[in-house]
Amino acid sequence: MQPTIKPAGDHSVIVYIDEVPTEQSISQLKSLVSLISEALGQQLLDTIASYQSVLVVFDPMRTDHDTVTQHIYGILQQHNNYPPVHTSSRIVRLPVYYDHSVGPDLQRIADLHQCSIEDVVTRHCMNIYNVFAIGFAPGFAYLGHVEDDIATPRLEHPRSEVAAGSVAIADHQTAIYPKASPGGWNIIGRCPSPLFQPHSRQSLPFAVGDRIQFMPISQEEFLSLGGKLDDL
Amino acid sequence: MTFRVIKSGPLTTIQDSGRYGYSHFGLTEAGPMDERSFAIANRLVGNPANTAALEIALGGLTLECQQNTTIAVTGAYCPLLINGKAVALWRTQRVKRGDTIELGFAALGVRAYLAIAGGIESTQWYDSQSVVVREDLGRALEPGDVLETGKDTQVAEQQLRFADQPSLRRRATLHFVGGYQWQDIPEASRQTLLNETFTVSARNDRMGCQLDGPEIQTGIERIYSEGIAAGSIQVTGAGTPIILMRDRQTIGGYPKLGAITTQSQSVLAQLPQNSTIRFKLVTPQMAIAELRRYREHIDNLTFEPTT
Repeated sequence: MQPTIKPAGDHSVIVYIDEVPTEQSISQLKSLVSLISEALGQQLLDTIASYQSVLVVFDPMRTDHDTVTQHIYGILQQHNNYPPVHTSSRIVRLPVYYDHSVGPDLQRIADLHQCSIEDVVTRHCMNIYNVFAIGFAPGFAYLGHVEDDIATPRLEHPRSEVAAGSVAIADHQTAIYPKASPGGWNIIGRCPSPLFQPHSRQSLPFAVGDRIQFMPISQEEFLSLGGKLDDL
Repeated sequence: MTFRVIKSGPLTTIQDSGRYGYSHFGLTEAGPMDERSFAIANRLVGNPANTAALEIALGGLTLECQQNTTIAVTGAYCPLLINGKAVALWRTQRVKRGDTIELGFAALGVRAYLAIAGGIESTQWYDSQSVVVREDLGRALEPGDVLETGKDTQVAEQQLRFADQPSLRRRATLHFVGGYQWQDIPEASRQTLLNETFTVSARNDRMGCQLDGPEIQTGIERIYSEGIAAGSIQVTGAGTPIILMRDRQTIGGYPKLGAITTQSQSVLAQLPQNSTIRFKLVTPQMAIAELRRYREHIDNLTFEPTT
């Protein structure tokens, strides 16, 4: 598909790189965002990259939809519609304590796929995931693609509270809950440190277009890295 | 300290012009729901238009003044009493140490703005003082809270001309840019949005305003989550339109028909439940011209000395 650009709001447009997200489109998001921000400079207010699209919010006093759209088509043409993969895309490794005490749905996933809990953990860690989108809540990253052999539908009845740092699976996506919140994803483990604490003005260790791999750690390592178990 | 909160009202928050450039972390824009009333409150007391002020949803706020200063209240029509005496909105009000400032419940409109000369000093997160309760960035005011303020601007007493004060009604025509999936939905559904009347439902807050009215069938089951522009008209699976406002989530997977303009967002922010809404399609060129006129109008407003 040729990329398309449509209006979004009175000072924004949305760029669709492809009809559906692919490994290729996700790898282009980061470079497209940086090319757009170079081209627009002060005229750019914000961008939101997500799956196969980029929302571009511009300063209405300095530019307009037509000018911004032409700029972006120009950038895409210069790169034959495929901006090169951004050099700063990287693999971020995150430690996870996988255990039934912090991963109440490990057994459910193992049962569904007729394998052991160890198999679920191995399958989850083997894969390198793309960061497709960040949103829903601050710091909540949608990671994919989870392989069929552990992909599991959301819980029928969402939990009223999921602990901060929980690592979870829903269908072919996986994610880390940045803070305690209600949630319907299958919980399989926990990261020792909260990834994002807005009130501490912390930055997020990854961006859309980066890749993430999970590393299993022991309970001892989890605790020494500041991880917290639930009070029993 | 300059003010002590006696009664906080249902939802009173500190807002500046909003948080920009952090949506890639999933942080919402925040800022005033009614941008014009917010800016005028600040300009009346001699502040830059984007200074932190109070957004008071539905009124019900009582403050005790601890230090002589100047305030202005704009936006929704709420009775404003200083030491029990009714005084006017849309103008500066001198207050003295020991004064009680009481804002009753909104009779017309939804959100009032109270600006203080020198602005409110409070915690900044990601370059903005705007409070977003859902994101743990601050909280709504509570009785006993203390508001610290900046240096007094020594502004002369002034008021907004009557002709420049908004007429608050219970109906509005909202302008919108057709965007996102607008061209992908059936023509009959586009006609529903363009020709039917909708009403503001009870589900209406800083995140979004859900509308009651005819269903809009998009024929689109699901899209990949994409960035949500301010004012986006999102349609749920059941065909219910929701207009996404200042505290909206940054991305979402429901189809969207475009977005209402910035000026229309300010209008919608003052429409109480059961108000009637119609939509008018505008081109992006018309929308940006409207936005520029709107911002220039706000920037160039002049005040008259109080009578």
